[in-house]
Amino acid sequence: MITLGHYLVVSGLLFALGLAGVIARRNILIVYMCLEMMLSAANLALVGFSRFHTVSGLPDYTAQSLVFFTITVAAAEVAVGLAIIVALFRAKQSVDTESITKLQG
Amino acid sequence: MPPLLFYLLAAITLGFGLLVVLARNPVTSALSLASCFVGLAALFISLDAYFIGTIQVLVYAGAVMVLFLFIIMLLDIKAEEGKAPNLLAIGSGVIVAVLLAIQIITAAGSTQLAGKSAENTPLDYAEAKASLGAAAKLPTIAKDLDAGSLPDTKLIGFTLFDRYGFHLQVVGLLLLVGTVGVVVLSKREKSAGGAA
Repeated sequence: MITLGHYLVVSGLLFALGLAGVIARRNILIVYMCLEMMLSAANLALVGFSRFHTVSGLPDYTAQSLVFFTITVAAAEVAVGLAIIVALFRAKQSVDTESITKLQG
Repeated sequence: MPPLLFYLLAAITLGFGLLVVLARNPVTSALSLASCFVGLAALFISLDAYFIGTIQVLVYAGAVMVLFLFIIMLLDIKAEEGKAPNLLAIGSGVIVAVLLAIQIITAAGSTQLAGKSAENTPLDYAEAKASLGAAAKLPTIAKDLDAGSLPDTKLIGFTLFDRYGFHLQVVGLLLLVGTVGVVVLSKREKSAGGAA
């Protein structure tokens, strides 16, 4: 029997994978992909809670509306982030996070 | 849903998620992430969230991943070669992620709702028809509830426009600002020192 707990564990593991990628990887594009993965993991937890916290016999659609907003904001964030990465690549000819040291004291 | 199917989908999602983090070649990472999102969309559909599953495929696996691949091809990024991996960053990344995973799994097991499953919380269309309020009075939603099918997209639309109409417009404005921002950011500057 698959319970909400199972879905939450999958969501947590996916989030942890994304976090490991953000900390360990140096390619800024892959750091960005891992951020997207973390957002999606949070969406999975939200949809899980929505399904099993029923409101008058149906899933709680407030949570799914929040997921809709998250996906919209994530899409806008990806567009702006990738434009920044392209601008950064033009300035530095590199996507390595260690080559970006301009703000370092 | 059959437990085997859940474990298969979870394995696809987490396996390709792991490949995103481990792959040396950015194109491999991007394609793995697309597969990971398709697995995640299947998990959404297994939770009766058909609309969210569909937009997960359309927006993430479709639009966002194509954007990523496009940028990777455009910048012509090669796999990291010859560079020694930063062991400190990898070690700290693994430790932080393992600690967080342990914490989340412990917390997930102790929530009150954790024992709920599709078997002990079935969807109840008759109860929804009786006590959903304004949404159940709409003819399209009432027809679906009578027929015993989940009016998933219609109810999300109802929630968005009934309760979150203002928020929806703010998000629309955010998308407009994002579009303008991307155009401004990616405009090539005319000359190095002069006016842009």
